[in-house]
Amino acid sequence: MHTGKLEIVEITDITEECADVFTVMYRDRTKASPGQFIMVWAPGVNEVPMSLSFIGDEKGFTFRVLGKTTTALSRLGKGDRIGVRGVFGNSFRPVGSRILFIGGGTGVASIISAADLFSPGRRAVAAIGAKNRDGIFFAGRMKQAGADVLISTDDGSQGEKGFVTAVARRVLEREDFDTIIACGPELMLRRVAELASEFRTPAQISTERFMKCGIGICDACSLNGALVCRDGPVFDGEFLLGCDDFGRYRLSPCGARVPI
Amino acid sequence: MLASGILGETAESMMRALKNGAGGVVTKSIGMEPRDGYLNPTVYSFQEGLLNAMGLPNPGMENYKQVIEKLKKESGGIVIGSIFGKDEQEFGALAKTMSSLKVDGLELNLSCPHAKGVGSEIGSDPDMVERVVKSARTHASVPVWAKLTPNTDSISSLAISAEKGGADAIVAINTVRAMAISARLRMPVLSNRYGGLSGKAVKHVGLRCVYEIYESVHIPVIGVGGIYTGEDAAEYLMAGASAFEIGTAVAERGPQVFSAVNRQLFAFMKKEHFSTIGEMIGIAHRQT
Ligand SMILES: Cc1cc2nc3c(=O)[nH]c(=O)nc-3n(C[C@H](O)[C@H](O)[C@H](O)COP(=O)(O)OP(=O)(O)OC[C@H]3O[C@@H](n4cnc5c(N)ncnc54)[C@H](O)[C@@H]3O)c2cc1C
Ligand SMILES: Cc1cc2nc3c(=O)[nH]c(=O)nc-3n(C[C@H](O)[C@H](O)[C@H](O)COP(=O)(O)O)c2cc1C
Ligand code: FES
Repeated sequence: MHTGKLEIVEITDITEECADVFTVMYRDRTKASPGQFIMVWAPGVNEVPMSLSFIGDEKGFTFRVLGKTTTALSRLGKGDRIGVRGVFGNSFRPVGSRILFIGGGTGVASIISAADLFSPGRRAVAAIGAKNRDGIFFAGRMKQAGADVLISTDDGSQGEKGFVTAVARRVLEREDFDTIIACGPELMLRRVAELASEFRTPAQISTERFMKCGIGICDACSLNGALVCRDGPVFDGEFLLGCDDFGRYRLSPCGARVPI
Repeated sequence: MLASGILGETAESMMRALKNGAGGVVTKSIGMEPRDGYLNPTVYSFQEGLLNAMGLPNPGMENYKQVIEKLKKESGGIVIGSIFGKDEQEFGALAKTMSSLKVDGLELNLSCPHAKGVGSEIGSDPDMVERVVKSARTHASVPVWAKLTPNTDSISSLAISAEKGGADAIVAINTVRAMAISARLRMPVLSNRYGGLSGKAVKHVGLRCVYEIYESVHIPVIGVGGIYTGEDAAEYLMAGASAFEIGTAVAERGPQVFSAVNRQLFAFMKKEHFSTIGEMIGIAHRQT
C-alpha cells in the first residue's frame, strides 16, 4: 500500500490551549498540507482521526477532551510514544487574495494551519466562535498569521454574543471574499455552505465522519458515497449542499444511518 | 466484482464501483443484529498488502434493507448480498430476508478469520459448512455462493462439503489469519490482536486454493485475493476461476481499478490470442 504506514513517534511537547483543549507535538518529516489529517493511536486505547494543527517537520494536533481516547492522549507527556498513520485526505487551497476563515469550537484546529500559510500577503479575516470564553483558542495565532480576528461566543462571555455564522454573515455583507475556509460542527457548516451560496463565494469546508481505516477501503466515513477520508475531508460548499446527508445524517460505527 | 467488506456500507459507494466498470458488487457481510466491530486500529497497511480486523461491523439486516433497495433501484447492477451468522438457523433466516430484497445472489461468509463464533470459526468445519449451505439454499430463491477460508488444512474438503450442501459456486479466498507487532511499542497493533491479511501478499495463497478447489468440485469457482492487474486476474482464471472479485486494490488504486483491470485483461487476451474468457478458465490444469 502506498499510504498509511504506521509510525511510532515520541511526543516532544504537550500544551493546554484552553480548558480541555490540548496540542500534542511530535517530529515527523512527512510532507503535509493544511487541512490534512492523521490517525492517532493512543496505544491500548483506540485510534482516532485528528487534523494537523502544525504541518512542518515539527507536527502537532489539537483536540478537545471528549471521551476515552482524547482523555488518554491529554494525560500523556513528553517522551511518551504514540502511533500515527498518514497524512491522509485532501487539503485547503489558497484561492484569490481575500480569504474568510470560519472556525467553530474545535474546528479551529483544522483551519489554523491554512490561516498560518495563506494569510501572509492576503486580506484575511477569521471568525472564531465557541460556546463560551473557555472554548476560544488559537485567536492569538490567527492574529499573528495576519488575520483580522472576530470572536463570538454563544453566551456572550467573550466577543460578540451569538453564533459565529451571524458574525460571518455580517462580514460577507460588508466585504467580498474569493474563498471561505471553514470547519466546525456540521450544523454550523451547513449554515456556512448556505451563506457561501447566498453570497456567491466558493467555500472549502472540512467535514467529519466516523473513521476506521482512513485509507478509503471500509466505507465507514461515507457521506452519500463521498469518502471523507480519501475524497475529503475538504469539500466544496456547493457539493455538500447537494449531499442529502450533510448536516442531517451520519453513519454510526455499525454503519446505520442516524440523524445528526 | 467488488469483494465483500470493501466500500460496501452505502449504496452510493457500491454504485461508484459499478460505474467504474465492476461487473457486480458483493455487499459487506450482514448479520442479524447491528454490530460496531472492533475498536481501532482496525487496519495496518504495508507495501505488499493490508491487515484488517474490522470485526464485521454492520448495521444488521433490518437497517441494511434500505441500502439494498436503493442500490437495486438506482443502479440496476448485479448485487450479491453477503451474509454471516453463527449457525444454520441464522444463515437460513438471513438468506430468506436477503433474497426477498431481489439480490442477484447470496454469498455466505464462512470465512472471516477474526470474529468470534462466526466466519472461519464455523467455516473450517466441513459438516457445519454443509449444514449452513443447505439451510441457506433451502431458504433462498437465488444462487448461493460459499466463500471459504484459506485458514484450514484442506480448503478442497470445505469446497466439497459446500457443493454437497447445494452451493451454486465457491468463492475463494477470504483473508489469511495474521498479525502485526509494533516493535517500538512492544505490542500487537490491531486492537483485536489478530486480523486477516489481504492484497498482493496473499495472491499466491489464493491461486493455490482456487487451483485445488477447481480439481475437487464441479461448480464454478470465483477467485479473490491480491488481484491488482489484468494479468493477476488472468492467473486466477487459468487456475480455474470463472469470475473474480477485487478488494484491497480498491484502496490503493481507487474505484477506477475495475475498468483498469478489465482493460488490461482484454489487452492480455489479445496479445496472447484468447478470444473468450472461457478459453482461459482452468487452462493451467491442462498444461501440467
Ligand atoms: C477528519 C477528522 C479530523 C478531526 N480533527 C479533529 C481535531 O483536529 N481536533 C479534535 O478535537 N477532534 C477532531 N476530530 C474528531 C475526533 O476524531 C473525535 O473527537 C475523537 O475521536 C474523540 O475520541 P474519544 O475516544 O475521546 O471520544 P469518544 O467518547 O469515543 O467519542 C466522542 C465522539 O467522537 C467521535 N469519534 C470517536 N471516534 C471516532 C472516530 N474513529 N472517527 C471519527 N469520530 C470519532 C464521535 O462522534 C463520538 O460521538 C476529527 C475527526 C475527523 C473525522
Ligand atoms: C477491510 C476489509 C474488510 C473485509 N470484510 C469482509 C466481509 O465483511 N466479508 C467477507 O466475506 N470478506 C471480507 N473481506 C475479505 C475480502 O472480501 C477478500 O476476500 C480479501 O480481502 C482478499 O481479496 P483482496 O486481496 O483483493 O483484498 C474484507 C477485506 C478487507 C481488506
Ligand atoms: S475511514 Fe475507511 S473508507 Fe474512510
